[in-house]
Amino acid sequence: MIGITKAKARLWSRLGARATLGQALLEAAREHDFYVMSADLAQSSGLGRFKGEFPERFMNAGIAEQNMIGMAAGLAKDGTCVFATSFSPFVTMRACEQVRMNMGYMQLNIKTVGLGSGLIMAQLGNSHFGIEDAAVMRAIPGMTVVCPADGAEIVRCVEALCEYDKPAYLRLTGGPGLPVVYEEDMDFRIGKAIPLREGKDIGIIACGTMVHSALAAAGLLSAKGIEASVTDMHTLKPLDGEAVDTLLDKKLIVTVEEASIIGGLGSAVAEHLAAKKHKPPQLMLGIRDCFPHAGSYEYLLDQCGLTAEKIAGDIEAALAAL
Amino acid sequence: MDKQERIKALKAHAKHMREVSLRMANRSGGNAHLGGGLSEIEALAALYGAVMEKGDKFILSKGHGVLGLYAALAEFGVMEESLLDTFLQDGSDLIAHPVMKPEIGLEASSGSLGQGISMAVGLALAAKKKGYTYQTYVLCGNGEANEGSVWEACMAAVSYGLDNFTLFLDNNHMQSDGDSSGVLNVSGKYTGMLAALGFQVLEIDGNDMEQVYDAYMALHEAGKPKAIVGNTVKGKGVAFMENNNDWHHNRLTAEQLAAALAELEAAE
Repeated sequence: MIGITKAKARLWSRLGARATLGQALLEAAREHDFYVMSADLAQSSGLGRFKGEFPERFMNAGIAEQNMIGMAAGLAKDGTCVFATSFSPFVTMRACEQVRMNMGYMQLNIKTVGLGSGLIMAQLGNSHFGIEDAAVMRAIPGMTVVCPADGAEIVRCVEALCEYDKPAYLRLTGGPGLPVVYEEDMDFRIGKAIPLREGKDIGIIACGTMVHSALAAAGLLSAKGIEASVTDMHTLKPLDGEAVDTLLDKKLIVTVEEASIIGGLGSAVAEHLAAKKHKPPQLMLGIRDCFPHAGSYEYLLDQCGLTAEKIAGDIEAALAAL
Repeated sequence: MDKQERIKALKAHAKHMREVSLRMANRSGGNAHLGGGLSEIEALAALYGAVMEKGDKFILSKGHGVLGLYAALAEFGVMEESLLDTFLQDGSDLIAHPVMKPEIGLEASSGSLGQGISMAVGLALAAKKKGYTYQTYVLCGNGEANEGSVWEACMAAVSYGLDNFTLFLDNNHMQSDGDSSGVLNVSGKYTGMLAALGFQVLEIDGNDMEQVYDAYMALHEAGKPKAIVGNTVKGKGVAFMENNNDWHHNRLTAEQLAAALAELEAAE
């Protein structure tokens, strides 16, 4: 098990999702047997050191994501885990049918990793954004979908995936300089949400980068006398319904994700709530069924209403309208 | 057994597999992919009857060819022959495209074209990495080879030097919409494409048992994947089906079955 100290937790978040992925795989490889594949993005995926230390366990598929997933299936047929990595739209949508057949239908032990999901690709534009990846992966039968909040949680998540013998999609949001959510170790279990903050009025459920933003928004709301709880729903599927049920007595449930509001975390929570007789309304925050205008990451988050200030403002308005 | 006796035995198996395929299709009461199931019979009879050893892997990338595959698995004792009676019946393991079930010889689920070959490349690469001694065989169709992912897989097979990998391309020059020349006019170019990539390529008459057998047995060049481009006839063995795309996916009546079986019986 990889040791987590305050210094390491801060370092990983500072390095960001991709470098932390590479570091976590490098350390996990000393204890677990798995392969890592890339589609010509090893360097920019933080896999340079892994490739150097474990050349026999690293394979480049070239810019051929469909074949990468198919090859991963062949490599995984003896039960060995394969992490197949690329930028999120390429690994989830270019190779979607390969993912569906090999990971869904055949349930082979492949972990696809979507790098740079959400809006972090900034000026590179919507061709590189991860807007629909969570929804697409969640729709595939038998698929697990995880989206960790910061460096330390990425490390624990990678370790958990090494011990998880089912197919999964690891969705990585944010870039270097991830805000730290976990300075210390956490109880990370796939499918088990982590409550981070208490609050009687509002129940905020978030994943990925939006966990930190939700905590910041809760702080802003608290200053106005509105108390919000925050839950880190790092596993979008299977959803921790029990954790959602603890929020049924709130005035409002809010879901926040750096993803389309169609089909992701918000939808998963809404699907869970749909059959309940007594439940609060749900405010779904995320990318509103559009391709946002590309620009800096900050510009994009603001445009999509995903800054702490805008999240808090939307919640306040929704509460006032109840 | 000398080679000629072996070829003779394989031909008898192929003939029986064709009969079994036709009976399966008729008994199912529904449509079945007859044309492409019959063109691949020699490729599968030789593979299961003479070429493959215990532990070797076979992937039917062209998942539409289940008639030939199920017939081969029953013919050579990998699955119970009685299972064939369940083809296309509700609850059966034998549906119109293979569903992974290794205990009855179904190595992978396929049906979405252009994918099985990638898995086969991964299997061959796993053998290289882990020292497994099995050989990996994959059968693709010429229509299937329209898929770009087939060529992604071929590039990887060459790049990784997979000399434990054999592709059999069942090149019947037809596909769902008819003659390949009128769909995507490239079925005559596959040999050159594979050779240009760096495959060891053998182009043969894929319905000539001796040529098929010899191609499988030909020494595998070190450091190269092998491709056997078998030029075949869609619907091979039944005159009214041969090169007739009405039989791409069709229902076989009792009268048609009787006529087809009589023709097979009368053939050499």
